[in-house]
Amino acid sequence: MDRNLFSSSIGKKVIVAVSGAFLMSFLIVHLAINLTLIIDDTGLLFNSAAHFMATNPIIKIVEPILALGFAIHILYTIILTLQNMRSRPVRYARQDLSGASSWASRNMFILGGLVLTFLVMHLFHFFIKMKYTGDPLLDVKVMIDGELVKNGYLLVSSFFKDFLVYSIIYIVGAIFLGLHLVHGFWSAFQSLGLCNKIWLSRLQTVAVVFAAIMALGFSIIPIYFIIFF
Amino acid sequence: MATDNILKNLILKVWRQASPKDKGKFVTYTIQNVSTGSSFFEMLDLLNDDLIRKGDEPVAFDHDCREGICGTCSLFINGKPHGPDNLITTCQLHMRKFKEGETITIEPWRSAAFPVMKDLIVDRNAFEKIIQAGGFVSVNTGGIPDANAIPIAHDAAEESMDAAQCIGCGACVAACKNASAMLFVAAKVSHLALLPQGKTEATRRAKAMVAKMDELGFGNCTNTGACEAECPKGISIANIARLNREFLVAKFQD
Amino acid sequence: MSQIQSNIPSGPLTEKWTQHKANLKVVSPANKRKLDVIVVGTGLAGASASSSLAELGYNVTTFCYQDSPRRAHSVAAQGGINAAKNYQNDNDSVYRLFMDTIKGGDYRSREANVYRLAEVSNLIIDQCVAQGVPFAREYGGLLDNRSFGGSLVSRTFYARGQTGQQLLIGAYGALSRQVGLGTVKLETRHEMLDLVVIDGVARGIIARDMVTGEIKRYSAHAVVIATGGYGNVFFLSTNAMGSNGSAMWQAYKKGAYVSNPSFVQIHPTCIPVHGDQQSKLTLMSESLRNDGRVWVPKKMEDVERLRKGAVKPSQIPDEDRDFYLERRYPTYGNLVPRDVASRAAKERCDAGFGVNETGKAVFLDFKYAIKRLGKSVVEARYGNLFQMYEKIADVNPYEEPMQIYPAIHYTMGGLWVDYNLMTNIPGLFAIGEANFSDHGANRLGASALMQGLADGYFVLPYTIGEFLAGEIMKPKPDVNHEAFVAAEKDVLERAEKLINIKGELPVDHFHKELGKIMWNKVGMSRNEKGMTEAIDDIKKLKSEFWKNVRVPGKVGELNQEIEKAMRVADYFEIGELMALDGLERNESCGGHFREESVTEDGETLRNDEIGCYVSLWQHKDVNVAPQLIKEPLIFENVELSQRSYK
Repeated sequence: MDRNLFSSSIGKKVIVAVSGAFLMSFLIVHLAINLTLIIDDTGLLFNSAAHFMATNPIIKIVEPILALGFAIHILYTIILTLQNMRSRPVRYARQDLSGASSWASRNMFILGGLVLTFLVMHLFHFFIKMKYTGDPLLDVKVMIDGELVKNGYLLVSSFFKDFLVYSIIYIVGAIFLGLHLVHGFWSAFQSLGLCNKIWLSRLQTVAVVFAAIMALGFSIIPIYFIIFF
Repeated sequence: MATDNILKNLILKVWRQASPKDKGKFVTYTIQNVSTGSSFFEMLDLLNDDLIRKGDEPVAFDHDCREGICGTCSLFINGKPHGPDNLITTCQLHMRKFKEGETITIEPWRSAAFPVMKDLIVDRNAFEKIIQAGGFVSVNTGGIPDANAIPIAHDAAEESMDAAQCIGCGACVAACKNASAMLFVAAKVSHLALLPQGKTEATRRAKAMVAKMDELGFGNCTNTGACEAECPKGISIANIARLNREFLVAKFQD
Repeated sequence: MSQIQSNIPSGPLTEKWTQHKANLKVVSPANKRKLDVIVVGTGLAGASASSSLAELGYNVTTFCYQDSPRRAHSVAAQGGINAAKNYQNDNDSVYRLFMDTIKGGDYRSREANVYRLAEVSNLIIDQCVAQGVPFAREYGGLLDNRSFGGSLVSRTFYARGQTGQQLLIGAYGALSRQVGLGTVKLETRHEMLDLVVIDGVARGIIARDMVTGEIKRYSAHAVVIATGGYGNVFFLSTNAMGSNGSAMWQAYKKGAYVSNPSFVQIHPTCIPVHGDQQSKLTLMSESLRNDGRVWVPKKMEDVERLRKGAVKPSQIPDEDRDFYLERRYPTYGNLVPRDVASRAAKERCDAGFGVNETGKAVFLDFKYAIKRLGKSVVEARYGNLFQMYEKIADVNPYEEPMQIYPAIHYTMGGLWVDYNLMTNIPGLFAIGEANFSDHGANRLGASALMQGLADGYFVLPYTIGEFLAGEIMKPKPDVNHEAFVAAEKDVLERAEKLINIKGELPVDHFHKELGKIMWNKVGMSRNEKGMTEAIDDIKKLKSEFWKNVRVPGKVGELNQEIEKAMRVADYFEIGELMALDGLERNESCGGHFREESVTEDGETLRNDEIGCYVSLWQHKDVNVAPQLIKEPLIFENVELSQRSYK
């Protein structure tokens, strides 16, 4: 393999595509676990899953890789965006791209930034508490398979029940994520060359379905807690 | 022929720039009595005729065949390359697409790789360099087998022709928010990679052309698809996927 | 008068080229490296010659006025390229292509040249396929053909309606490859404004850098002119706006003969003029006549109702339509040669049956083809042409017939060349449309691409050796030679003079006026009175131009007006010579229709007693009439007969 691959424009896009695809696979797992929140209002399922994730050695290995995936995805999109900004030093006085490309596709960097902002907030709300700082709600431990584990369910459900503003922010965050994925999903295939004239429109359709599932899936959790509790 | 009307008054906001180093600015002109059957350039001819008679400098713009095939004409009109109509070049744009009294903004292509030379004329030599890097089949004149010696599937020839239609106008670069030249490069790579004659050196070609493109200051493709939408020949971004594939295969083989 | 040396080899027609090639001198690879060649123009002829010469090892410098060689106007050819492959098994052959071309040209071209053209035609298709030209193919994978005017066989290869573009991209690719390899130096946005002749031999050119306005000198051992035709003398033509006759004209002024300048092709299927603001005309490919039927209404009341918009063309019943080509020429029908089709359209319009507001249009109808083949087949064949028509005319040709009218398209005349494509100035070559050689008084469709590529790929690379073999001991000419200094000074003075007139009227005003004179008096139908008047009118207009033109800006900058002014200054003189040539040729032949020489049913009447010649015009001094020299055309293999397509 040519080492210069990743200094080329296409090579850099491949990195964004591969890291993006990896992050999408994470999203699928993440959503699957989260949906247990609304399936079982005792929190048993969710807490079991959270416990599994927190203790499974494979997940422990994957976790830093996931962090790296985020870092690479962000780093390379920043590099590409900076280069792209230099490619048009004098801007158009009047530009109308409305009919030519989707809004999401033109604003991936901004959408990505918003998703990132949301992500940081999200980490502070749950991940950091569960993993490092702890929280009184987590200490209301529950028994799973004969073992006392942290009550993540209580933390999450209380959070959404108590803070309507955060619930709304989470819904908005999910929508941003969906918009990012509408373009990101098929774009990854395109950048990797896994597309042709027939599959172009098919992949774009799949992308809409995938993005909608993600956006709705993640939104449904705060909505569930607002409505039912 | 459709019946033509007269547009009594139009306002033109035109980019004027004396030389590559000049800062440049918009100048507003008004123009009267343009037939809707006239082409956009015939309207500009009318403007220039008027300017010359008044002792002003005419507006410089690139144009040649005026039938949509040479790719010389450019112009960013009302926010779109080749103006407000699809699958045409500026020379095929007709005044029937504009309304009485409308303000029309006319700018040159904007890209670091296409510097403005004067008014609306840009330097597209970067495209030449990309083609010179590998946009051809390396055969000399003569010593060629009979044309029917290599059968080519009808559909492959048609798909190749779809890509080969590129006129090298640069609308893809102009439309792209990143000023990327990927569609231009992809069209050439696809045109040749789809034919057995061009397949022989397809990997070499893809690498050489992409390397040259990267060197010349074009932006990176982010798959927005604006290039396809604004391409006067409607060249598909599926060709970009093919380019990515050709390029990656080539690089992984090295 | 100097002796005309056309250097046509003796021997049987079919052996001439083979024999000639065997006798041509060859330059060794080591010596080719020492020789410089300038090629002006990058259309099919110029690009193919540049790349082929560079591949052989010569140092080539290639010029074009466009910003890229790919934009040369060969790009606009739509329908196709002929070759005698006989892939369709319809009894085509080199001889049949030769005969069709000679006959199509109304027996006013050289047998030997035309035969050679037919002979190398097959190689061109092979070459283009190897370069990756995506010609149309059958489902079996083999090449497809279509029919064209003036022929009873299907021998036209095509790439949708963009054959010229695809062939040019092939040649441009070959040229770009050589530029990348460093064997061709490419000067884009440079326009040749003078030829430099030293001791009677062409040694270089003066060109203007159209970006900086700088006037530059370039020297070489030989100069090849491939700058296309001079159809823009008529202002309105299917030529590109920048296509011009200046390279030819400057060569003429340096002593090169111009031949048959009055032979102009008027293409029958162009989109009609819309009004005064018209700047150029758009061609609709001749290939459309394969499936389209040409008609005008039979009844005058239908014509009037059409003009008033009271009825749509599609509403006129078949029995009230006059398919005048099928009526007059049952054998060839809609596929008669271009000159015949153009005159027939003019005849109907002059009789009052023209169909649009100006009365200058006829219908080209696809209703019948759509019925016979289905819309999808018609769309596959002509889709892009239909789209182009709709964008320009705002009428959907799938529903209503197209309107078409003849327009200036191609110039058969050009620089006189011998069998080696060399002009009478040693070292100066002319190829493609820029020379006069292969099409006689009328060119058949799909033959221009064939000739341009034949000259560039397969003729000039051989024949140029004959001249250059004698140059191997000579160094590259010094650009400080007095001839270069003088030529540069002359160009600069001409340009400065135009700027300094500071008159009232723009260049285009004069160009349009010239166009009107030419179209009305030296156009589709000509007579002695008209052409005599034209000469006078042009002289007056020219003198007015030199007194009252306004060219803004400076010479030394990007200045599109000075570019135009210099071309138009030459157009007056070219136009005058065209009228003079037409006046001298007192017979009708091909595109040259003299009203004094007509058959009873209104067809061209050739007069082989007086007309079997190529005219060679030799420039004398300014204000002195040029001298006419005649090269007799000798037909050893073809029996001359009145052309009939009935």
